[in-house]
Amino acid sequence: MPEGLTEYTADEMMTIAAARMMRNGASCFVGIGLPSAAANLARLTHAPDTVLIYESGCIGTKPNVLPLSIGDGELAETADTVVSIVEIFTYWLQGGRIDLGFLGAAQIDRFANINSTVIGDYDSPRTRLPGAGGAPAIAANCGEVLITLRQTKRAFVEKLDFRTSGGHMEGGDSRARMRFPGKGPTAVITDLGIMTPDPVTKELKLTSVHPGVAVDSVVAATGWKLKVASEVSTTPKPTETELAVLRDLQARTAKAHAGQN
Amino acid sequence: MLPRPPILAAILQLKEAIGEFVRDGDTVALEGFTHLIPFAAGHEIIRQKRRGLTAIRMTPDVIYDQLIGAGCVAKIVFSWGGNPGVGSLHRLRDAIEKKWPNPIEVEEHEHAGMAAAYAAGASHLPFGVLRGYVGTDLPKHNPNVRFIDCPFTGEKLAAVPAHRPDVTVIHAQKADRKGNVMMWGVVGAQKEAVMAAKRSIVTVEEIVDDLNAPPNSVILPSWVVSAVSEVKGGAFPSYAQGYYARNNAFYKQWDDISKDRETFLQWIEEHVMGTKDFDGFKKSIETVVAHA
Repeated sequence: MPEGLTEYTADEMMTIAAARMMRNGASCFVGIGLPSAAANLARLTHAPDTVLIYESGCIGTKPNVLPLSIGDGELAETADTVVSIVEIFTYWLQGGRIDLGFLGAAQIDRFANINSTVIGDYDSPRTRLPGAGGAPAIAANCGEVLITLRQTKRAFVEKLDFRTSGGHMEGGDSRARMRFPGKGPTAVITDLGIMTPDPVTKELKLTSVHPGVAVDSVVAATGWKLKVASEVSTTPKPTETELAVLRDLQARTAKAHAGQN
Repeated sequence: MLPRPPILAAILQLKEAIGEFVRDGDTVALEGFTHLIPFAAGHEIIRQKRRGLTAIRMTPDVIYDQLIGAGCVAKIVFSWGGNPGVGSLHRLRDAIEKKWPNPIEVEEHEHAGMAAAYAAGASHLPFGVLRGYVGTDLPKHNPNVRFIDCPFTGEKLAAVPAHRPDVTVIHAQKADRKGNVMMWGVVGAQKEAVMAAKRSIVTVEEIVDDLNAPPNSVILPSWVVSAVSEVKGGAFPSYAQGYYARNNAFYKQWDDISKDRETFLQWIEEHVMGTKDFDGFKKSIETVVAHA
């Protein structure tokens, strides 16, 4: 745990750093897990007018506790409106109404393409993962995409076993030449730091490390030779407000879900 | 052609409805998106030992894991297969990775494609069209994903064949005695899945004399449904908005029950095959799951 006035975990730093990336007032399509925690933290701190959208059809949802599943009753009860699955993927997502997509992943490559389908060969996989869900459409159609996951060599790989959702494809202008409506990933936020695509090559470059994390240890946790920006900044530490709001949210969540046990 | 009155849904016991409308080798869709999952109907399919099913579902979860492990399924058509909030489906994985209890054919999509296929099925169109399957490897492994040029703009679009299940099964909150169905909350692709199907079964929390339905709230009028069955708590361990909450503990326990083949088989034998109906099932697991 990094030293400081307020102690915090690497996961808390990751969630807070990801939350800070959200612009107030944006419409945001949220994946379950880490993205959902970050998006709700943003809504409860600096981005109160953010419209959170879950693929279960819940639009403008304001959950008091984090959902365990993408279609929890809490999401429907606190939403501005609930629409069918057909509608959420057509009028809303393919209709180009979503500014920001927020995704997690099992594997990611240097161009921020992601895998959530299989580890190993598709037809005889070593590990069968849940699969695409809404991710390919979110990655393709949202104005921009944020990705958040823990940084390890197993997750940050030289070559994906399967490309579930397109990031910057083979780099350079390869995404722009394809039929993607949105501009793709603009940042990858991990428990160690923040990577953003180079404006020309689109290869991920380490631009910020979290407090107490050495650049070398981020490079060592990456399965390819990670590019490092000429000036790497240090992510500002979590504020007391950010930490308090996040911990309250997680405590409420744990209590609510324990109550259903 | 002389007008004929529409044929209303039959109000049947679940056992009769599954017996009458779900057949070996059928293409079935037990739809539901986290909410209102038709668990009771899935169990009845297992009890009646249906085999060789092609099982369509956007989000196959624990009930599909049970159907697959029990040997009912020959092919699965899906876009996300997991235990929501918990992790993997071990029976689905065992079938794909180790071909147990039988090899299973996989047709894999993204959600937007499955949604388009249901909407096309409900519209009786041959295929669904979408701005999708871009940047993903899915089309390399699924010959049912193809691409067309828009005849007006030239834009390249994805196409998927319509889903036309032989039978769709869903769970809803309420029906009246004629079989008009009301549901609310997260409604998923259930309306499209029913209207795409040749036959359909809707289980409901309760059948009432008068729905007192506000406009727009009857999602399925009786004459597009084949059978309605009252099964209180029939979506357990998922939830029914306005009736009961999701039993998260069961989803977590399923991880342990389903990891091991023997434990799974014993569980199915004792709690599904060894019980007469869903009430019996719920009683049999009361000692296992608190607040069942």
